[in-house]
Amino acid sequence: MSLNSNIPPGPMSDKWTDYKSKMPLVSPDNKRRLEVIVVGTGLAGASAAASLGEMGYNVKCFTFHDSPRRAHSIAAQGGINAAKNYKNDGDSVYRLFYDTVKGGDYRSREANVHRLAEVSNDIIDQCVAQGVPFAREYSGMLDNRSFGGVQVERTFYARGQTGQQLLIGAYQALSRQISLGTVTMYNRHEMLELVVVDGKARGIIARNLTTGKLERFAAHCVVLGTGGYGNVFYLSTNAMNCNVTAGWRVVKKGAMMANPCYTQIHPTCIPQSGEYQSKLTLMSESLRNDGRVWVPAKLEDAKAIQEGRKMGKDIPEEDRDYYLERRYPAFGNLVPRDVASRAAKVECDKGHGVVATGLGVYLDFESAFERYGKSKAHSMNLHNPSTEKIRELGVAEIEEKYGNLFEMYEKITGENPYKTPMKIYPAVHYTMGGLWVDYNLETNIPGLFALGECNFSDHGANRLGASALMQGLADGYFVVPYTIGPFLSKEIRTPKFSTDLPEFAQAENAVKERLQNFLDNNGNQSVESFHRRLGKIMWEHCGMARNAEGLKKAIGLIRELREEFHKDVFVPGTMDEFNPELEKAARVADFFELGELMCVDALNRKESCGGHFREESRTEEGEAKRDDENFAYAAAWEWPDVKNDPVLHKEHLKFEAIELKTRSYK
Amino acid sequence: MKLRLKVWRQKSANDKGYFEDHTLEANEHMSFLEMMDVMNEELIQQKKEPVAFEHDCREGICGACSLVINGQPHGPMQGTTTCQLHMRHFNDGDTIHIEPYRANAFPVIKDLVVDRSSFDRIIQAGGYISVSTGQAEDGNAIPINRNDSSLAFDAATCIGCAACVAACPNASAMLFTSAKVSHLALLPQGKVEASRRALKMVNQMDEEGFGRCSNITACEAECPKGISIDNIARMNREYLSASLVGEEK
Repeated sequence: MSLNSNIPPGPMSDKWTDYKSKMPLVSPDNKRRLEVIVVGTGLAGASAAASLGEMGYNVKCFTFHDSPRRAHSIAAQGGINAAKNYKNDGDSVYRLFYDTVKGGDYRSREANVHRLAEVSNDIIDQCVAQGVPFAREYSGMLDNRSFGGVQVERTFYARGQTGQQLLIGAYQALSRQISLGTVTMYNRHEMLELVVVDGKARGIIARNLTTGKLERFAAHCVVLGTGGYGNVFYLSTNAMNCNVTAGWRVVKKGAMMANPCYTQIHPTCIPQSGEYQSKLTLMSESLRNDGRVWVPAKLEDAKAIQEGRKMGKDIPEEDRDYYLERRYPAFGNLVPRDVASRAAKVECDKGHGVVATGLGVYLDFESAFERYGKSKAHSMNLHNPSTEKIRELGVAEIEEKYGNLFEMYEKITGENPYKTPMKIYPAVHYTMGGLWVDYNLETNIPGLFALGECNFSDHGANRLGASALMQGLADGYFVVPYTIGPFLSKEIRTPKFSTDLPEFAQAENAVKERLQNFLDNNGNQSVESFHRRLGKIMWEHCGMARNAEGLKKAIGLIRELREEFHKDVFVPGTMDEFNPELEKAARVADFFELGELMCVDALNRKESCGGHFREESRTEEGEAKRDDENFAYAAAWEWPDVKNDPVLHKEHLKFEAIELKTRSYK
Repeated sequence: MKLRLKVWRQKSANDKGYFEDHTLEANEHMSFLEMMDVMNEELIQQKKEPVAFEHDCREGICGACSLVINGQPHGPMQGTTTCQLHMRHFNDGDTIHIEPYRANAFPVIKDLVVDRSSFDRIIQAGGYISVSTGQAEDGNAIPINRNDSSLAFDAATCIGCAACVAACPNASAMLFTSAKVSHLALLPQGKVEASRRALKMVNQMDEEGFGRCSNITACEAECPKGISIDNIARMNREYLSASLVGEEK
C-alpha cells in the first residue's frame, strides 16, 4: 500500500487557499441527506460536530462521558497560540509555521502545519464571538503571554483554565446544534468497533454504558476526535478514562498508526508521591514564564534536601544551578518541553534531585515576586518600599496570573508555593503520534477521518506549548468542515445505510465475544494491577530515554504480560449493566497492543528527535542527534492482526519552505 | 490511618439502596478517590463488585466527581472537589459516610453514580451565543472592560458538577443556571440574546424538576469553584425584565 498525502500543489502559502477555492462542495439540499458520525466531544470532536451540524449535515455525536463537557481538553491550562501579532513583536503566520515545524524537530508535514498557522487567527475570533472570556488588558484588548520554544508573545489565555473555557465554548456551540436537532447526542456511549462496508467507513458499534447494551449506528462517514494515548503509561497527566480504544479499533480494521513512539513528557508536573498514585498533575508551562528552574549545585546539599535536613531556601544563591539558563542561554527557562524534561532527568540522574525519591527539581518564583513587586510599587508611586512590601505586592501579582495553579499545587502537596519553591518532575502528557491522515485529515480507510490529538499530523516529534488547543479547534472548526467535502461530494447518491447489513452484525458479534471473554475469564488479578505493570514497563524502557536493548526487552515483557492478562484478569459483573471494570478491561487490552507497537516504532527509529531520545544517537554535548538522511519520514504502521508483525510504510517528508537544520536553543 | 467507611450501594434507580460497611487502611498522602481505589481493589481481590463512582480528570476541572462525604458535597474542604480532597484532612479512626447526590432531577444509575444530563438540557435550552463557525469578526473589534471580562470568567469557571444542587435543601439548580446566564450576559457578544436566554434556561430548569430557590446560599458555600450567588441576582434581573417584556418571537 502506498501512502498518498494528497498535499495540494503550489507555493506553501497559497496551498490551502487555492485548495479550498477549488475543492468539490456538497449543496445544502444534499447535506441534509448525508449522515456523519463524530466520536469524541473534546475540542476537536465538539467543534467538528457543531460546525458540521451548522452546515446542515445530520450528525450523530458520541462520548463515553456523562456529558460532552467532561472531555479532557477541559484540563488544558496554559493557552492557545495564534499569529495575531497583537504584541507587535514580529509575529506572523510564517513565524508560527516555522516555530511549529522547528519545535517538532522537523518531523511534521509542512503543508498541514502551514494551514494550522493560517487558521489560528480565525480560532481566536470564533472563540471570542462565542463568549470565551480570554484575559484582557485595561484597554479591553486581548492579552498574550509567552510559551516554550518561541521568542514572541502569541499565547491567548483565560487564567490557568484556557482549555476549560475553550471547551465550554465548543460545548455550547454543540449544545445549540443539539437543540436545533442537527446533532443527535449520545452520552455514555463508547465506540468499540468501526464498521467498514465495501472498503469505506460506514458506522460504529457503541456500548451504551448505562444499560451495557451494544448498539449499531450507520452513517456516510466517521470522524474520530478521540484524543491521545498517554495513559498507556498508566501514570500520566491524562484523565483516568482517556484511552486509545477508538483509535486502536480502527487500526485493527486496517488504518495506520503513525509515529506511535512520539510521546511528550511534560517538564512541569507534580512529582509522584506513592505507589497507590492514580495520576499525575500538570503545572502549566506558563509558569516557566516567571519561574526559574534549579537544583543544588552541590551533591551534599541535594542529599540533605532529599533526607529532609535542609530546605530549598537554605541553599545560598551561589550554590544553585539554574541549569536551563546555564545550558540554553538564548531560551533559558523557556526551552521546548522535550529539552526541559531531558535536562531535568540529567540533573536527577546525577543525584541533584530535591525530593525524597530524588526525582524532582525546583521551580522557583522568588525573583518573579521581586520583579513584579518592584514594578507594582513603582506604578503605585511607592518610594523606597521595604523588601517585605515588594514581596507582598509581587505575590499578589503572581496570584492574579497563576492563582488557581498555586492553589492546586497546595491542595495536592500540602505545601504553600508562595513560601517554598514548587517541586516538579517530568510526566507523560501528550502523544504526537496517532492515526495516519492525509491533507484532508482522512485516514487510509476512505471515509474515516481523525482530528486533534488522535491524528499524527501537525506536531512532528514534539509539540510546542499552547498548540494542542490550536490544533484541536483548527481541525474541528476550520479544516474538516471543508476537507470532508471531497469524500462526501461523491456520496450524494448513496442512500442511508441500514444497520441490518451483515457487516454490522459481524462487528457487533466481534465486540460481544471480546467482552464476554473478559467476563468468563474468572482470573485472579484486577485490570488496574495489569495496567500499572504495563505502565512501568513503558516508562522504564520507552520513556524519556530509550535504547535498543531496553526496547527489545520491553517488547518481550509486554507480550508476556499481555498473555498473563488474557489468562488471569478478573472482571466482575455482567455485560448488560453499568460496569466500569469491563470498560477498563477492554481499554487496557488495547493499550497492551499499542504499547508493543510504540516500542517497535521506537526501536526502528534509530535517531533522536523531539520527544524520542535514543541514547545511541546523541552529540558530544549530550544533545539529541537527528538523522535526516535515514529518518526524515513519518513511520505509518499497519497491524491489523497481532499474530503477524507490524508492517512499516514510510511517508517521506519533504521540506520546501523551511530548511532542515539542527534545532538549537542555545 | 484506619478508617470505617459507610458507602451507599444501589443496583439501579429502581432498586432500594443501603449503606455498606468497610474498614480500610489508608495513608494521609492519598487523595480521597485513591482511597476509594484501594477499597475497590480489595473488593476485587475478594471477587466482589467494586463500588461505582464517577471520576475522570482527578484535578478538579472536569466536574465528573461528585459524592456527598459526611453530609457535604465534595467533602469537608472549601473550594475543593472530591478528587482534590486528600486524606490528610481526616483522622485515624474516623467513620466516613459516602453517598451519591440526592435530587429528583438526578436519578441514581448505580451506587454513587447519578444521571446529571438535566444540566446538559438546561444549556441546550439557551446557554450559548447563537454564532456559527465563520461568522466572527476580529477578536479585538469589541474592547471588553477588564472587570466585566473578569466577572464573566468567574461565572464561566463553573464545572457543572452539580454540588450546588446536592447542597440545596430544595435541590434547586439556580446557581448553575445563573452562572451561565451571567457569564454570557456580562459580555457584549452575549448581551444580544440575554433575556431570551434567561427565560428559556429557567423554564427548562423548572421542567427538569429542580426545586425553587429560597436564598439559603448553601450552594455558594459548597461550590468547589466559588461561584457567587451574585449570579442568581443577575439572572433574576434578566428573567424579570424578560418576563415583563415578554419573549421576543
